[in-house]
Amino acid sequence: MATNTQIPAADRRVPVIAPGHTFSTITEKISNIVLKRPVSLGWIFGFLIMFSLMNMLMIALGYLFIKGTGIWGINIPIGWGFAIVNFVWWIGIGHAGTLISAILALLRQTWRNSINRFAEAMTLFAVACAGIFPLVHTGRPWLAYWLFPYPNTMRYWPNFRSPLVWDVFAVSTYLTISLVFWFIGLIPDVASLRDRAENPILQRVYGLLAMGWRGSARHWHRYETAYLLLAGLATPLVLSVHTVVSFDFAVGIVPGWHTTIFPPYFVAGAIYSGFAMVICLAIPIRSIYGLKDFITERHLENAAKVMLATGLIVAYGYGMEAFMGWYSGNKFDSFLLWNRLHGPYRFWYAALLACNIGIPQVLWLKKFRVSTGWLWIISFVVLVGMWLERFIIVVVSLSRDFITSSWGMYYPTKWDWMTFIGTLGMFLTFMWLFVRVLPMISIFELRTLLPESHVHEETEVKQ
Amino acid sequence: MSDVSVYESPIQDSPSYGLMAEFDSAQELMDAAHKTHAAGYQRIDAYSPFPIEGLAEAIGFHKNRVALVVLIGGIIGGLSAYALQYWVAVITYPTNVGGRPYHSWPSFIIVTFELTILFAGLSAVIGMLALNGLPMPYHPVFNVGEFAKASENKFFLVVFSSDPNYDPADTRTFLAGLSPRMVAEVPS
Repeated sequence: MATNTQIPAADRRVPVIAPGHTFSTITEKISNIVLKRPVSLGWIFGFLIMFSLMNMLMIALGYLFIKGTGIWGINIPIGWGFAIVNFVWWIGIGHAGTLISAILALLRQTWRNSINRFAEAMTLFAVACAGIFPLVHTGRPWLAYWLFPYPNTMRYWPNFRSPLVWDVFAVSTYLTISLVFWFIGLIPDVASLRDRAENPILQRVYGLLAMGWRGSARHWHRYETAYLLLAGLATPLVLSVHTVVSFDFAVGIVPGWHTTIFPPYFVAGAIYSGFAMVICLAIPIRSIYGLKDFITERHLENAAKVMLATGLIVAYGYGMEAFMGWYSGNKFDSFLLWNRLHGPYRFWYAALLACNIGIPQVLWLKKFRVSTGWLWIISFVVLVGMWLERFIIVVVSLSRDFITSSWGMYYPTKWDWMTFIGTLGMFLTFMWLFVRVLPMISIFELRTLLPESHVHEETEVKQ
Repeated sequence: MSDVSVYESPIQDSPSYGLMAEFDSAQELMDAAHKTHAAGYQRIDAYSPFPIEGLAEAIGFHKNRVALVVLIGGIIGGLSAYALQYWVAVITYPTNVGGRPYHSWPSFIIVTFELTILFAGLSAVIGMLALNGLPMPYHPVFNVGEFAKASENKFFLVVFSSDPNYDPADTRTFLAGLSPRMVAEVPS
């Protein structure tokens, strides 16, 4: 067999690891990014920009804590605005990380091994950004712990029949499980860094994180069981999280929200935007850090295919919304459809259709799937489109519901924009730091892709 | 069954923790592990930079209890979540929302599900670490300099001095017969 990966010889596609790698070269290549590579001027420059944006978020939030949510564009009838748009968008982006790490692990898709680590990091940072929004949207975030059930002197308990309480449990469980999943995946790799680090402080830091991991066969045995079970648990979890997020809308009676298609359509949309973010991050990272051997064209092409498929599910969702607007005979539902197409937000809706349904169809052509430039642009367009989708769902439905006297318009203020762009800065600041302090590709999982890692049992050994 | 005894601190009159053999490939380690186990050594361990299928079985470790821990964690999480919601919504803080029943069980499924996953997932992580005896800041195998390669590209087999069949000279001869790169004593 000429190729050095698990792919059958008949498979003529680009391999998941470039030929010629050994256990040592994989370890060296990935750990040297953290341990040996000098900090470049470009990295510092980028970091300063992202960190400034993150500080803009801090200013926006600081002013919010002084003044209250009145500094945002929200008002009745549109009480949700950017806070919920951004919350849903960010949490959706996180979903691709869990999909890659859990669902593709269960499906034994070996190509996931090179992208799962930074996709999981992306999940964590995206969920952290998402978590900010509902928290500050409560108006008095210092009392947000009231959402959790705990014995208190007010003798108050949360209402478990409310989707907003479900959200608290779904999102906090999701963050916790994503964090531990990411952490246990890191343990063997951090042990590699510990053993390779020359700086005594780094040895200690990585040593603490590795917790004394020594690669014992017994440990691996339990480790693999735990990892597999976590993947099995995270799979229904990731599907449930965006389902619960969609319940925030679907359980309400507002036109355009009260539909049964919301859970699957939200989950598909989440994976759609998440894969777009994975591609947007993977393309620059692999070329800057010279990881084209591990994140090959095959990974990008597969991600593009997932994006195309989930994009079509999203398109089906839009189609069904429109169909039900007509077929239900409900005048509020059919008005919603008219309002999206002809109302004051029609340009945003047209942009949404173009970004999410129109432009990504070029991914049917292999030329666009394998061209990193085009793929990056299309992924960026999808990210914009998915943000617009949440904007349309939240704002258009609320702006014109049942009674014409209570119609209104939503205009985001500069504080809305500063908060949103600030979370982008926070997300990228964390990513910036992550690629320099932890192995961004799972080293031990890449080792298992080499044919030398496979052993055959010696049956003739006498017991 | 229990492997905890493997990590017992070595007795005082034996200054050595065991003997370590180093191998170049996963296949060599696997064969050596089979032979060592077949030769009657019970307290042995194998170390590799990535999980090797069948290696744990080769050193006589067949079943781990992680799945059981996860099952118990998940059941506790699910039951306690449902019980909490029932107690809050029906007994201690009943709220009439549009005349709906206090025990509106379909609404309770979501939090029950989420906490089942949360408890099961945390049980998987904490259970795995606890059964592995981690975190463990010090372990004698790290005293062998070459062992740093166990997290890169080398494979190791250790026979612990607590093994009933352990004999410093005989065991060393036996390990040397498995054609390793080197055999080293692990100071305790």
